[in-house]
Amino acid sequence: MTKVQSIASPAIHGEDRAHEADHPTSQLAKFGMDQPLKLDCGIDLAPFQIAYQTYGKLNADRSNAILVCHALTGDQHVNNPHPVTGKPGWWDTMVGPGRPLDTNSYFVICSNVIGGCMGSTGPASINPATAKVWGLDFPIITIPDMVRAQTMLIDRLGIETLFCVVGGSMGGMQALQWTAAYPERVFSTLAIACSTRHSAQNIAFHELGRQAVMADPDWRAGRYFEHGTHPHRGLGVARMAAHITYLSDAALHRKFGRRMQDRDLPTFSFDADFQVESYLRYQGSSFVERFDANSYLYLTRAMDYFDIAADHDGALARAFRGIKTRFCVVSFTSDWLFPTAESRALVHALNASSARVSFAEIETDRGHDAFLLEVPEFFDISRAFLQSAGKARGLGNGDAEP
Amino acid sequence: MSIQQTLPLAGVTPDRTGNYRSDHLLVAEMIERGSKVLDVGCGDGELLMLLESRGIDGRGIELSREGVNRCVAKGLAVVQGDADTDLVNYPDDAFDYVILSQTLQATRQPKAVLENLLRIGHRAIVSFPNFGFWRMRLQLLVGGHMPRTENLPATWYDTPNIHFCTIKDFVQLCDEINVKMERAVALDLYGRPLRLNLPWWFWNMFGEQGVFLLSRGKAK
Repeated sequence: MTKVQSIASPAIHGEDRAHEADHPTSQLAKFGMDQPLKLDCGIDLAPFQIAYQTYGKLNADRSNAILVCHALTGDQHVNNPHPVTGKPGWWDTMVGPGRPLDTNSYFVICSNVIGGCMGSTGPASINPATAKVWGLDFPIITIPDMVRAQTMLIDRLGIETLFCVVGGSMGGMQALQWTAAYPERVFSTLAIACSTRHSAQNIAFHELGRQAVMADPDWRAGRYFEHGTHPHRGLGVARMAAHITYLSDAALHRKFGRRMQDRDLPTFSFDADFQVESYLRYQGSSFVERFDANSYLYLTRAMDYFDIAADHDGALARAFRGIKTRFCVVSFTSDWLFPTAESRALVHALNASSARVSFAEIETDRGHDAFLLEVPEFFDISRAFLQSAGKARGLGNGDAEP
Repeated sequence: MSIQQTLPLAGVTPDRTGNYRSDHLLVAEMIERGSKVLDVGCGDGELLMLLESRGIDGRGIELSREGVNRCVAKGLAVVQGDADTDLVNYPDDAFDYVILSQTLQATRQPKAVLENLLRIGHRAIVSFPNFGFWRMRLQLLVGGHMPRTENLPATWYDTPNIHFCTIKDFVQLCDEINVKMERAVALDLYGRPLRLNLPWWFWNMFGEQGVFLLSRGKAK
């Protein structure tokens, strides 16, 4: 009989993940019934909470705050060990003392997005009205909703203007949304490997992922918490498919080629003979340890709905008219999920608004994922952009309060 | 040809140019502090750095990715783009000055580019190598081959410069598209401005490059 092995069950128990959704290992900003989050779908979400991490010190002028916006499967743990997996922070090469987002100079904030599963209110949180997990009763959220929630957090922290909003991929979408919606509150924007609208191809990939989750019998129409299950196979497949889109043909070839995994000959089965298969299975199974399946549905949906131009009569330039914010837009040559053409369209719109914009395309074969990796040219550009913006903002190294 | 020529520039002394190219210093001297400037074909940002150091708000477009990334790594506001295709994205009157330094001869549509420069900017500053320079003429006349100089070392088959012109040609083009020359300077082989009281034919013969400050002419 042909041996079949599906994606392994998560090694980390679901309780850790579920506990983190309501009681995160992070600072918490709670908003009561009197401070609802007004969602694009028309619903007022209240009460709700935002889990966030900060690094560095806010200066006396409150002028050195950088908001890092995380990507689809990221979270607020930028530069500290992840509370569920114990792995290092997802951007610890970019953020930290002496790093491009230098925590000796800047006060870095990162919050879990609304709809996420690491402590900000989302489908994995308890719905206070029913005392049960929200699941699919959670309202549909959008990128503007995520940003609206972040403005409430920034207000709570007493910060009027952010020195910079930084993000890659879905984080870049938030950075652009911040700048389009609240230009006076954003001094500079570093938008990496992103777009002002989600393309048809990307929506298609997201739909594939969502259907994989929903096809898993353990999904139980989204009520898996009550059934004590988790659709780890469906979510794992969704992650495997998505992960391919984060890489490139060249990177896969360089990393794995057609090499075999711990064997010299094919087993004539559906076992993971090839290294690339084994790698993808690992990506799938490690992802489900830390991520909630419903949250994945909601966040991919939020990205699908994103289209800044649509909110401005179809004209992207109108979204950024008269803008004073300094922009740096970065794309990567081998990124086919958010190709350079998308960044170029943004740059053209910014030029049409006479905005101060830098745009660099970085040569790399590492695909969309390059924004998470230590690519020296990308780091040099990010550092220089922030230093130049810091000079214009009147920030100097070492003026943070001791 | 009515051309208003002003006095030599203060501060541009040919023998003490510091680290900056003499044509860059000449361009910088033409621009007032606080102006908003677009440098089209900004290379590795040398001129933009000079402009920024003088309190000028400079932006750049550069064709080569390497050039752009070097600029951005210096903190300059530079985007990757092509003068021939991307200038149309900029709105009218977006800049006080638009600079095209040693790039005109590499564009596919020099006339359209020039028109765009003066649509986007109130003024344009254009510099280019003068193909009427005596050494160019001599190489073609005596050597019988396409001219090559220290500043233009590429062979005919690998040069990016596809639209060479002489100072005389350029002056004629400006006249044709109703562009007013506010200032014209010819630099010799060593980057020194030629004396102003010399006739145009002399400039066209002994100017190694021309630098022009242009504005929109009155509607004819």
